[in-house]
Amino acid sequence: MSGLDPTFADLPHRALGDAALTRARELGVTHADFRLERVRYQDLSVRDGVLQGASDAEDLGFAVRVIHRGSWGFAAGVVLTTDEAVRVAETAVAVANVAATMTSRPVEIADEPVYDDVTWVSAYDVNPLDVPVAEKAALLIDWTERLRAGAAVDHATAFVQQVQENKYYADLAGTRTTQQRVRLMPGFEAMGAGADTFDSMASIAPPAGRGWEYVVGSRDRGAWDWDAEIAEVPELLAEKLKAPSVEAGTYDLVIHPSNLWLTIHESIGHATELDRALGYEANYAGTSFATTDKLNHLQYGTPVMNVTGDRTVDHGLATIGYDDEGVQTQNWDIIKDGVLVGYQLDRPMGVMLPQLNPGPDGRGRSNGCAYADSSGHIPIQRMANVSLQPDPSTDAPGTADLIGRVERGLYVVGDKSWSIDMQRFNFQFTGQRFFTIKDGELVGQVRDVAYQATTTDFWNSMEAVGGEDTWVLGGAFNCGKAQPGQVAAVSHGCPTSLFRDVRILNTLEEGGN
Amino acid sequence: MSTPLHPQSLVEQALAASVADDCVVIVRDHTSANLRWANNTLTTNGVMHGVSVTVVSFVGAATGSVTGSATTQAQVTALVTAADAAARAASPAEDVNPLVRDVPASTDWDDAPEPTDIHVYDVFAPALGEAFRVADAGRRVLYGFVNHEMTTTYLGSSTGLRLRHVQPTGHYGCTGKTTTPEGRTESAWVGGATRDFTDVDALAIESEVARRLAWGHRRVDLPAGRYDTILPPTAVADLMIDAYWSAGARDAWEGQSVYSRRPTGTRIGETIARRGVHLYSDPAHDPLRCAPFTVATSSGNTSSVFDNGLPLGRTDWIRDGELTSLLQTRHSAAMTSQPVTPAVDNLVLDVDGGRGSLADVVAGTERGLLLTCLWYLREVDPQSLLLTGLTRDGVYLVEDGEVTGSVNNFRFNESPVDLLRRFTHASETVPSFSREWGDDYFSRTATPALRVPDFNMSSVSQAV
Repeated sequence: MSGLDPTFADLPHRALGDAALTRARELGVTHADFRLERVRYQDLSVRDGVLQGASDAEDLGFAVRVIHRGSWGFAAGVVLTTDEAVRVAETAVAVANVAATMTSRPVEIADEPVYDDVTWVSAYDVNPLDVPVAEKAALLIDWTERLRAGAAVDHATAFVQQVQENKYYADLAGTRTTQQRVRLMPGFEAMGAGADTFDSMASIAPPAGRGWEYVVGSRDRGAWDWDAEIAEVPELLAEKLKAPSVEAGTYDLVIHPSNLWLTIHESIGHATELDRALGYEANYAGTSFATTDKLNHLQYGTPVMNVTGDRTVDHGLATIGYDDEGVQTQNWDIIKDGVLVGYQLDRPMGVMLPQLNPGPDGRGRSNGCAYADSSGHIPIQRMANVSLQPDPSTDAPGTADLIGRVERGLYVVGDKSWSIDMQRFNFQFTGQRFFTIKDGELVGQVRDVAYQATTTDFWNSMEAVGGEDTWVLGGAFNCGKAQPGQVAAVSHGCPTSLFRDVRILNTLEEGGN
Repeated sequence: MSTPLHPQSLVEQALAASVADDCVVIVRDHTSANLRWANNTLTTNGVMHGVSVTVVSFVGAATGSVTGSATTQAQVTALVTAADAAARAASPAEDVNPLVRDVPASTDWDDAPEPTDIHVYDVFAPALGEAFRVADAGRRVLYGFVNHEMTTTYLGSSTGLRLRHVQPTGHYGCTGKTTTPEGRTESAWVGGATRDFTDVDALAIESEVARRLAWGHRRVDLPAGRYDTILPPTAVADLMIDAYWSAGARDAWEGQSVYSRRPTGTRIGETIARRGVHLYSDPAHDPLRCAPFTVATSSGNTSSVFDNGLPLGRTDWIRDGELTSLLQTRHSAAMTSQPVTPAVDNLVLDVDGGRGSLADVVAGTERGLLLTCLWYLREVDPQSLLLTGLTRDGVYLVEDGEVTGSVNNFRFNESPVDLLRRFTHASETVPSFSREWGDDYFSRTATPALRVPDFNMSSVSQAV
C-alpha cells in the first residue's frame, strides 16, 4: 500500500480552499465546495516492435461550486494563488446570479456527516507512473514481437494507459478529504489477413485499479497472466481467420465476464443512474426505461439476477473513499432477485427521492456517486462499480457446466463493438471470440457475429449464473457522459452466465446490399 | 507561487530552458462557458479557464512529450526538465523527420489570448428563460445545452516557428418532449454549431422543436427492414465523421480498413463513391475556419510530433467519387509513397447537382422515412466500415412529399462509404452539426441531405 504523493500533499490546497470558501460565505451562498485536483496521465503505444508514441500529461487546477439564490454556480481556474481562488469564487457566485433567472426549482442537496481532514489512498503496490518509461516500453515491444512470431499475425500493437488521480475536497460544512488512486489499462491486439478477409484478436484483460504489479507481478497479487494470453492469441487468430461465417438466427449464449461486463455497463449501469431516469441527460446520453415508478416491481431479469452498486470494492475503477461532494462511499442493491430496487445517486438526487436511501433523520442521503473527471468540470452523478453477483451456492456451476447445458449455442469471449439506444432498450454487441457450442461441447470458432436484444428480454432470458470461481472484475477506462463531456473509469464484476434464445446477426449480411 | 506568465513568455522560457537538441512548445489558453437545462429549468452551468503547455523534446531521433497545466516559470521549467529527460531515455522514434522550419511567423503572434465568458449568453439566456415559459404553456418539456469555447494556441519551436491560432467553438442543442393524450411520448431535437452565439435564438429553437413535436400527431409503427430514407445534413455529418476518422493511411496500407487494397496497398485512385461526390477539408472554409497548421502533442497513426507547424490547405479526400487522399503524416506518406496530407479540423461533403434544401428532398419523396439524427454509432466491421447506431429524437413518415406522422426508432447497420455509392438524391451543402460527435470532438462540418433508397433498419428500438 502506498501513501499520499508528497508532490500533491505539498500543494497549497488548504490555503486556496479556505480563501475560496471564505469569500463564497461572505457573498451569502447557502453551500460552497472547493476541489483541487491533479490528474497525471501517461500513455505508451507500440506497433510491430517499435515505440510509436509516449506522452505524459498532467491536469492541475481547482474549482468552486456554490448554491446561491437557489441556483448552482460553478467556476474553475488554474493559477494557484489565493487571489485567484477568491476571483474564481466570485465568478462562481456571478454565474449563479445569471442562472437564477432561469432556475424554476431551487437546488437542494442531501445532508452528509462532516469528515474533518481525512485521507484515503487506493489499494496498490507500485505506482505505474514511478516505473521507468524505458522499462514499460521494452515490455510492450516484447509483447508485440512475441505476438508477431505467430504465423497468422501480420501486425501487432500493444499499449498501456496509466492514471494517478489526486483530489482535495473542502466544503462550508467542514468536510476536508484528501485522496489518491491509481489505475491502468494495458492491452494488445494481433492483426492478420486470411484469403479474403482481415481480422484481429485482442487481449481480454480488464483495466484495473491496481499498480504495476498487475502487469509484472504474481497471479496471487492480482496480476493478469499476460504470458499465457500472448501465447494463445496467435493461434486463436489463425483459427478465427479460417472460421466459417455464423448463420444468423437464435442461439443460446454462454457469455464470459470479459464480454458480459460491457452488457452490464450499458444495459444496467447506465439505466439505473437516477439522473438519467429524471431527465437530466435527456439531451445527450439519454434517459432510462427504468423510471422510478417501476421501483420494486420491474422484473428486470430472472430471479438469479442480483446486481449491486459498490464504490468500496478493492481495485474497482470507481472505488474511492469519499465522492466529489464529500459523501462517504457505500455499497447497495440495485437489482434483487431480478427486481429493480435501487439507483445511483448524488446529493441533489438524494434529497429528491428520500425513499431510495434514507438517512438517519428520514431525509434522503446520497449513496456517493458524484464524480468530476477534472477540476474544470462540475461533479455529476456517475456510475458506481455495478456488478452481477455469482451464484453463492456450494454447487454453483462453472463455465464448463454452463456450456454443458447448451445443445446449440455460442460461447462469447471478449468485448469489441457496443451500442445501445438512449433509453437502454435495444442493444447490439460483438466480441473477440465466438465459439460454437454443439451438444454441450465447444467445436471451434465462427466469425461475423453480433448479438442484439432488448434489455429486459435479455436479462429475463438468463437461466443461470456461474459461481465465484467464474467471477471477474472487468471494466471501462473512458465512459462518456454529460455536457460538457466527461469521462470516468468504472468496473463491473460478473460471473460467466447462460442466456437462452438470443438473436444473432451475421454482420456481413447486415452490411450487404 | 510565482507570477503567471503570458503564453508567449511560456513558449520562450520553455525553449530557452530546454537542453535537448530541439524543442517544440505548444501553449493552449482555453476558456469556456456553458448552460445546461432539463425539465424546463437550468440544471448546471460553469465557466472555466485552463492553460496547458506541451513540451516536446527531441534528442537525436528520440522524443519526449510532456503536457501540464502551467502558468508560471517554475511549472514550465518542470515540464521542460521532464520532457528532456523523457527524450534522453526514449528509443529512436519511427516517425523521425526534420522539424518544420521556414514558416512565416503569425502576424498576431504577440496578441493576448482571446477569452470567452458567461456574457456570451447575455442575449441568449433571457430568451432561454422565456422559452421555458413558452414550453411550459404548450405542455412541452425542454432539455438542452449550450457551450462556447475560445482556444488560443501558440506553437513555438527551436527551429523558429512562432504560430498562433484563435479557435472559437460553439454549439447548441435542445431536445423537446411531450406526452400525448394517449400517453405516448414524442421527442424532437434541434441543434447546430456557432462561432459566437449571435446567430442562436432560444425562442426560435423552441418554436422549431414545437413544430417537429406537432408532426407526432399521427403515430405509425413500422417494422425493421430496408427503407427509402432521407438523412438530413446533421445525420450525414454523423456518418461522414466516422468515414473521415477511419481514413488513416497507415491502417489502410496495412490492410486494416475500408480504404485498403489487400493484401498491401490503398484504394487511392479507385472510385469508391458516385461520380460528383466530393469530400474535402479546408482550414479557410467559411464558417468552418480552423487551424491552418498541424498541432500534434504526441505521435500515432495519424499524427506526428515532427510535423508540428506543417501548413495545412484544402485537401480532397474524395474527388468526383474517387478516393484521392488519406490522413497522412510525413512518415506514413513516405511509407505509402503518397503526398503528405495531414488531418484538418473540418469536413465538407459536396455533391455535384445537389440543389434545394432538406424540405425539397422531402417534397420529392413519394414514401420514405425522414430522420433527425443518429446516436451511439460504433464500428462493427472495419473492412467495410460497417457501423451500427440508432435513430433518435424524431423519425417521420413522408408520404407524397409531406411529413404525415412520426415513426418508432430503429437500430441500423450501414457503412457510410457504401452510402456514398447508393444515395439517389442530394440537397445543397449547408453547415451541419453531428449529434453524435459534434459536442466533444468535431463540430465543423458542412453536408447535404441525402436520400438513400435501401437504408438497413436492422431492428426496432422502443426508445423515445
